[in-house]
Order: sequence, then C-alpha cells, then structure tokens
Amino acid sequence: MTEGIPFNVPFLAVAALIGIAFYIIVSQRNMIKLVLGLSILASGVNLFLITLGYRKGGIAPIYTHAPEGIMVLPVPQALTLTSIVIAVATLALMLSMVVHIYRHTGSTDSEKSRIMKG
Amino acid sequence: MANLIIHSPILIIAIPLLVAFLTPLIGRASGKARDVLVVASLAFVEFLVIILARDIYLNGLRVYTLGALSPDLTIPENYIVPIRIILEADSMSIFMAIITATVSLAAAIYSLSFMKEETGQDRFYTLLLLLAVGMFGMELTGDLFNLFVFLEIASIAGAALAAFRTRFADTAEGGFKYIVISSVAALMVLLAIGLFYAQYNLINIGALAHVMQYTMLDKIALVLLVTAFMMKLAAVPLHMWCPDTYSVAPAGITIMLVVASYACLYALFRTCFTLYGVCLNLTTVGWIVIIFGLLSMFIGVTMAVFQTDIKRLMAYHCISQTGYMLLGIGVGLAVLDNPEALNAYGIAAMDGGIFHIINNALYKGLLFLTAGALFYRTGTRDLNKMGGLAHKMKWTTIFYIIGALSISGIPPSNGFASKLLIYESVYQFNPILAIVAMITSILTLASFTKAFYSAFMGAELPEYQEVREVPKSMIAGMAILAAGIIFFSLFPGLVVDRLAQPATNALINRGVYINGIMGGGG
Repeated sequence: MTEGIPFNVPFLAVAALIGIAFYIIVSQRNMIKLVLGLSILASGVNLFLITLGYRKGGIAPIYTHAPEGIMVLPVPQALTLTSIVIAVATLALMLSMVVHIYRHTGSTDSEKSRIMKG
Repeated sequence: MANLIIHSPILIIAIPLLVAFLTPLIGRASGKARDVLVVASLAFVEFLVIILARDIYLNGLRVYTLGALSPDLTIPENYIVPIRIILEADSMSIFMAIITATVSLAAAIYSLSFMKEETGQDRFYTLLLLLAVGMFGMELTGDLFNLFVFLEIASIAGAALAAFRTRFADTAEGGFKYIVISSVAALMVLLAIGLFYAQYNLINIGALAHVMQYTMLDKIALVLLVTAFMMKLAAVPLHMWCPDTYSVAPAGITIMLVVASYACLYALFRTCFTLYGVCLNLTTVGWIVIIFGLLSMFIGVTMAVFQTDIKRLMAYHCISQTGYMLLGIGVGLAVLDNPEALNAYGIAAMDGGIFHIINNALYKGLLFLTAGALFYRTGTRDLNKMGGLAHKMKWTTIFYIIGALSISGIPPSNGFASKLLIYESVYQFNPILAIVAMITSILTLASFTKAFYSAFMGAELPEYQEVREVPKSMIAGMAILAAGIIFFSLFPGLVVDRLAQPATNALINRGVYINGIMGGGG
C-alpha cells in the first residue's frame, strides 16, 4: 500500500504541520487555539521521527520468529512513544491552566485575560 | 563507600524520583513524616553529589551505563557505538548538580513553613522532587533523548508548581506562559535530535560529537538547540515569560526555576562545546552568545529599575545576571580555537562565567527567598506598600543585605570575585563589553538599594503592627544559601580552583568527554 507513495511525501507533511503549528502559536490570541497549535507541533515532530525510522517494505522490529526481510528502526518508535506520552501530559496541564485563567478572568483571549504587564 | 560512588550517578536521579511517588502515600499517614522524608532524601542526594564531585575531582569523569554488566561498559561487545542509556558525569555536570542539590534542599526546607497553609501539600512535594529529578537528569545524562525527557519532566513539574496556588488570579497565567515556552523549546530540541538521528543513527552526546560532520542539517539542529535553550534561559529577546512566572511562583519554587534555567544553560554549553566544539564557526557562534548576553545584561537591568513588584524586580535582575554568564562563556567560545588568546583571557572568562552560575544561584536564591518572606508576612509584593520592615524582621533584613551586596558585586563578596574575573578577561577581548558589564553592575546596586529603602527602612507602618519574623524553617532555608555565600566570599580562590576551573577544562577538552563513551569498555 505504501509502495506508491514517494518517500519524501511524509517529510512534506512534517514541514506543513510544523509550519502551520508555528503560525498558530505566533498569530492566535485564543489560548485554547494556542494549545492546539502546540499539539499540532508535537504531532509534526512525532511524524518526523517515525518517518526517519521507516524502511521501505520493512517489518516490525520484533526479533522472535521474525520473517526474512529488513526491519524498520526501533529507536525512533521508542522515542515517539515517549514523546506522545509527554505531549499528552503537557496538553492536559496546559488545558487545566486555561480553565483556571478562564475562571479568574472570564476570558480565554490572551490579551484580555492578561493581568501582568511591564 | 566505593560501591556508593560507582552507583551514585543513577542514585542521584533515582532517589528523588522514588521519594516523589512515596510522598503522597506517606503524607496520607502523617504530614510530619512526609516533610522529614522529603528533606532527608534531598540531604542524602546532596551528600551523594558531594562525594561524587570529590571523586570526579580526584579521578576524572565517571560514566554509568544502565543495564550493562559493569557501569563503565559503555559499548556492548560486538558493537561499535553505544546503544544503552548512559549517564556521564564530568566536572561541569557535577558542578551543576551541586548547585541543584543545594538549592533544592534550601527550597524544600523553606517551603515547609511557606506552604503550610496551602491545600494539596502532598502533591506539592511530589512535584518539587520531580523538578529536582528533571534538573539532575539534564545535568548527568550522556544522551540527547534523555536530555529531552528530563527537560520535559522539569518543565511540567515547574509549570505545575508555578501555578500551584490557584486561589490567586495571576498564578495560572505565569504557569501557562512557562509551559508554553517550555513545550515549544522541548519540541525544538526533539526536532534537532531527529535531525541528528537521521544522519548518524546516534543519540548519545559523546558518540555524536565523535562523528560530527557539521553538515547543513547539523547547522539547522544547532540553531534549533541554541534557540530552544535561550528561550528556557530567558535571554533577551526571549525573556517575556520570565518575570511573570518567577513573580507568581511560590518563593521556594522560584529559586528552583532559576536553577532549572541554569540546567538549560548547562545544556547550551554542552551543545556548543562538547557536541559541536571546534567544528563550529567559533567566532560567529561566540559572538551570537555574547550579544545575547549583552542584551540580557543591559535590558534586564534597565527593566528592573522601574519595577515596583519586588519579585518582578528580582526576576529582571535574574535575566541580567544570566547575561554575565553568557558573556563570559561567549568570550571563551569565540577564542576556543586560538590557544594563545584562550590561555591569555579565554579560560579566565569562562571561569568567571561558570563561577557566576553558582554565585547567582546562591544570592539570587537568597533574595527570592527574602522576597517570599516579605510576602509571607505582609501579603503583598508591591514595594510601595511596604516599609519599615527592618524593625520587625531582623533575620530577613540581614539575609537581604547579604544577597544585595553580593549581587551588586561589592568587594569582598563572591559576586565581586566572579564579576572581577569576567571584567578583567573580557576587557582584554573587547573593552566595550567590560564597560557595559560594569554599568550593569552599578544599575543593579541602585535598584537593590531602592528596594531596600522601600521595604525595610523608614518608620514602622501601622498596617504591619502584627508582622513578626518568619518561621524557623524559612530562616533555615535562607541560612543555607547565606552560609554558601559567606563561604564563597571568604574562599573564592578555593572555589575557582576546585569547582570552576575543572568545569572549564571539562568544556574545553571535549576529547575527554568523547573518550569517556567511545574509549571505555570497547
């Protein structure tokens, strides 16, 4: 199924995701959208890591009873798994903070809810 | 004892991690037992750090390979590259670990009273220990991916702690800024790790440094890493989060966040000196670091002069003091490939920059704690509302004076010792830089004198009739840091020779660090 896809299409997707994410982080004032931007950034980086480890036609890197053929690299998968877990924790913490900000100031707009200046 | 030293690199990380998850359990039974456990574990870690530091000073760097038959077997048989998780402690990492251990201990003791009235204390200490774990991990790891993981641990714990007192309106804002900046920085680091892995199939720092080609992708990775660490370091112009986060965090946590930013400073040094080293275009990168340093130094202090919130004022000074470190190290980096200049002033500049890290951690820590003490008794951070507190809070006043003299670089304080090293050496590199550094120091003195007059001097105010000295544990926390400052002021030469100089050598001689991984075990 993956045969027909040129190898660098995933990398283009990575670049697009990271670009969109940075655009959102810089331009959006709504804090929920900002958090979503960070989530997209994390997905972009994860996709990058997974794509690095992929080998065309590779099988899962499990040595026991492995059929013949090349394996995909296991290290990036381990890295990605860790990174996904961390991203979930960060996401949850950020959203809970937005909830607290909303409770105190009644707004999720980063300009209106800002208390500290200078 | 020898066994303890061999396993101390992992124990320094594992003990706080284990205790972090024990605290909620034990806290259920007794709050007192939990407090004792937290302080005892951090004190034991401090002890481990010190014996490990002594061992490294005498016998050179120490590696610890997790899961190997013997800890120094970095490369398994039949392999040519390291595949296991490796901790590597050289003089630079252990220098940072000493700072982390000391400040964490002081912060934990201080928080015993400071956080007494808050709800959810079990979770507070869990997070505090996790923050310490993150910092120790960043400083001792020999592996870039672990660096990322520990960076995230420190960021998440730090942000949660900064926003801990959710009853205040502004804490969540400070915490949110910290977590956003930290996540962006951490993901940039991860992207850089991906770029390295794509080319070399390695994530170990020593092994990567061994094969570093300095290709286009490596340059992109360098930009990502430097930007990410500068963001976490709050170097101007990436400093906007710093005053907000530092001012709302509980005082004990603020000083740990300061040290967490220095753990990122360590990561920056490790990247520039060990990972890239002589491959870099040293003059350019050195000057970039110097310019970041200059901007931080000058803009940080000018912003501080106008602040009326005492912790905000100190946070801006924190930015400005970080500038000194970047300046010292930047000069060293710029002349790294020029042995003559390096010996003439480069090494001295780096000694000064590194010595300044520990000095700043101590006196800035002490000052933040006195600010916390003022807040604890008066309930405000606004300098205009304070006054005459010296009559009521004698110990706090004394500690404030010690910290303020030291940060302004008044002789014979330790701040003077490290600043003098920086002035002298930087002057030989470029006189203008040294002049900016001195002006910054004068403005620092002005600003702390102003704060001193507003908070402590003058007549007693009627609204603070009831104010008393802060509880004993807070005084003890401050006393630990003050004792450190006094010791360093009395024996600056000893500290430079035993701590700063070996750390500088560890940064300059990247071959030793690489050899620790690639040469051992075989």
